[in-house]
Amino acid sequence: MRIVVLTKPVPDTTGAERLGPDLRVDRTASPAVVNANDEYALEAALKLVEAAGEGEVVLLSMAPASAPETLRKALAMGAHRGVLVTDPALAGSCTLSTARVLAAALRTLEFDLVLAGADTSDGTGGVVPAGVAALLGLPYLSYAGRIEPSGGRVRVHRLSPVGYDVIEAPLPALVVATQALGEPRYPSLKGIMGARSKEIATLSLADLDVSVEAVGGAVGGAVATTRVLEVRPPVVRAATEIVREPAPVAAARIVEFLQTRKII
Amino acid sequence: MSGAIWVVGEMADGGLVRISTEIATLARDLAAASGGTASGVVVGEAPGAAAGELADYLPAVRAVSVAGADGRTAAATTAMAVADLIAAAGEPGPTLLLLGATPDGRDVAGMLSALLGWGVLVNASAVTWDVTVGGPVVEMSTFGGRLITTSTFTGSHGIVTIRPQSVTAEPAAGHGVVQSVAASDSPVLRPVALVDRVAEASAEAPIEEARIIVAGGRGVGGPEGFATVRSLAVALGGAVGATRAAVDAGWIPYATQIGQTGKTVKPALYLALGISGAIQHKVGMQTAETIVAVNRDPDAPIAEFADLFVVGDLFEVVPALVAALRSRGT
Ligand SMILES: Cc1cc2nc3c(=O)[nH]c(=O)nc-3n(C[C@H](O)[C@H](O)[C@H](O)COP(=O)(O)OP(=O)(O)OC[C@H]3O[C@@H](n4cnc5c(N)ncnc54)[C@H](O)[C@@H]3O)c2cc1C
Ligand SMILES: Nc1ncnc2c1ncn2[C@@H]1O[C@H](COP(=O)(O)O)[C@@H](O)[C@H]1O
Repeated sequence: MRIVVLTKPVPDTTGAERLGPDLRVDRTASPAVVNANDEYALEAALKLVEAAGEGEVVLLSMAPASAPETLRKALAMGAHRGVLVTDPALAGSCTLSTARVLAAALRTLEFDLVLAGADTSDGTGGVVPAGVAALLGLPYLSYAGRIEPSGGRVRVHRLSPVGYDVIEAPLPALVVATQALGEPRYPSLKGIMGARSKEIATLSLADLDVSVEAVGGAVGGAVATTRVLEVRPPVVRAATEIVREPAPVAAARIVEFLQTRKII
Repeated sequence: MSGAIWVVGEMADGGLVRISTEIATLARDLAAASGGTASGVVVGEAPGAAAGELADYLPAVRAVSVAGADGRTAAATTAMAVADLIAAAGEPGPTLLLLGATPDGRDVAGMLSALLGWGVLVNASAVTWDVTVGGPVVEMSTFGGRLITTSTFTGSHGIVTIRPQSVTAEPAAGHGVVQSVAASDSPVLRPVALVDRVAEASAEAPIEEARIIVAGGRGVGGPEGFATVRSLAVALGGAVGATRAAVDAGWIPYATQIGQTGKTVKPALYLALGISGAIQHKVGMQTAETIVAVNRDPDAPIAEFADLFVVGDLFEVVPALVAALRSRGT
C-alpha cells in the first residue's frame, strides 16, 4: 500500500496569525505547524500501511523553503519520506495553482491512495483536493469517517448529516480524511530521532516541468486567480452581561433576554 | 466581470436544500446590481422537483438529468454536467458560479475550478457587486474569525461558495421557467459508486441550517446529560450541537461537532452548556448573532465572547429554563 498524504504547513492557531502588508499570509507571525486536519489523514495512512504490512507513506507539500522543519514532526509520527515543492514563484498561490502544482507533483509519484485533509486552518476552505482529483482523473471520496481498501478498490464511509454514505471506487483514488478516523499519534522518541535522517526531496517548478503556460496560465502568486482587497477586524461584540443568580432567576433573565432580541 | 450568474443547486432526498434558495436570492441581487442575469442549474437522476423549487427564486432553471446519477456521489456528476453546459453555452456564457459552502458544494466547486480553470473564493459570509472593482466582492472570515477579508477575482470568471445563513431566502415575484436537459455520463471524471446510505441518528436537518443551536460540552457529563441539552433544544425548536470533548468521549456523533475540525455555524442563537469556549471551538460558532452560555466556572474563556453568561450549574439552569419557556407557551 503506497500512500501519499497532502500535508500543508500552516501558521499555528495561536492567535498571532495575520496577513502581511502585501495581503498574503505572513508566515513569520506565527510558527508553522502541520495543518491539524492533515494529521488525521497521516494517522489514517500510517494505520492503513501498518495493516497492509507493507508499503510507504510519503508526505507531499507545496510550501516555503522552511517547510522541512515542520514536516519533520510528520516524519516523526511515522511517514517514510517527504516531497516538498517549493519555488519563490509560488508565494501567494491561489487554490487553483495549488491544485495544479500538487497534481503535477503526484504525476511523478507512484501511489495507490492519496489522502488529504478536509480543509486548512489558514483561511482557505477544502477545495484543493477535489481540484487535484479532477486534474488527475482520480476517483474522489470525501469526508471519510472510515477507509477500507481491498482487492484493488477502496470503500469509504462518507459522513452525512444523519450518519454516513458507503461509497466505493477503484484504486488509485483520492480520499479526504476527517477527525472521525481517529486521533493522530504522538511521535515517539525513537520516531523523533529517526525523522532527522529521513529524506525530504525538494522540487522546483522547473523540476516538475510546470510552467505558467503548462498549467493553463495561472500558477503562483503573480497570476493568482483571486486577490485580497481589504482586511479588517470583525465587529466587536458588545460587553458580556454576567448573571449570578439562582437558577429560576437566571432562567427568567435568559427568557427576557431572548425576547428582547426577538429570538423567541 | 459581467454577464450571467449561475446558481448550482444542491439536492437532498429528491428536493432542493435550503442553502440553494439563499444563494438564488443572492444571485438575483447581484444580477440586479451588475446589470446581468441570474439563473440556476440542478443536476441529478430526477432533478425536476428540485429545479421546480429553485424556479420559485430564479427566472430560469436548467434541470439536467443524468441517467444513473442516484447510484453515484454528486460531486463528479454535477461538476461534469455543469462544465459541459458551460462549454455548450459558448460565449458569452456564465462568468460567476455560486454554490453552498456545504460538503457537496465544496466538492463540486473544487472540481469545477480545476475543470474550467476558474478561481474560487470559499466560505463567503457576504457577496456584493462592486462597480469600481467591476465584479463581485466576497467577504469571509479568516484565522478563526479574527480577521475579515474581502477579495475578488483577477480574471473574468469565478466560483464562490457561500455559507449557510448568510442570506435570507426570498422567493422571486414570479415562478421561473424550467428547461429540461439530458446529459450523458462523465468521460473525464471518474464516478464513485454510492453503495448505501446509513442513518445513525434520527434524521435531523444539518446543524448549519439551524436558526437555534443548543450545544453541550464536557460539562454535560455523559450521554444522559445530552438528554438535558436536547430538552432545551426541543423547547426552543433548535438543533443539538457539541464540542469535540463530548464527541471524543462518544456521547454524541461527530456530525454535531462544531469548531476547527467540525462544522462552522452561524445561527441566530447559540446556547452553550458546559462549554469552556476553547479557541478551536470558538472558530466554529463565534459569528452566531447571539451567544448565551451557562457555565459554573466564572472564568471560562467563553465568558469573554458570550452576550449573556450565566454562572451556574447547567443541570439546575436548564430545567428552570425549559419550565420558563413552557409557561410562556413556546
Ligand atoms: C487540532 C485541534 C482541533 C480541535 N478541533 C475542535 C473542534 O472542532 N471543536 C471543539 O469543540 N474542540 C476542538 N478542539 C478541542 C478544544 O481545544 C477543546 O479541548 C474543546 O473544545 C473543549 O471542549 P469543552 O468545552 O466541552 O470541554 P472543557 O474545556 O473541559 O470545558 C468544560 C466546561 O464545562 C464546565 N462545566 C462542567 N460541569 C458543569 C456543569 N454541571 N454546569 C455548567 N458548566 C459545567 C466547566 O466549567 C468547563 O468550562 C480541537 C483541538 C485541537 C488541538
Ligand atoms: N500547499 C499544500 N501542500 C500540500 N497539501 C495541501 C496544500 N494545500 C492544500 N493541501 C491539501 O488539501 C487539503 C485542503 O486544503 P484547502 O483546500 O486549502 O483547505 C489540506 O488539508 C491538504 O491535505
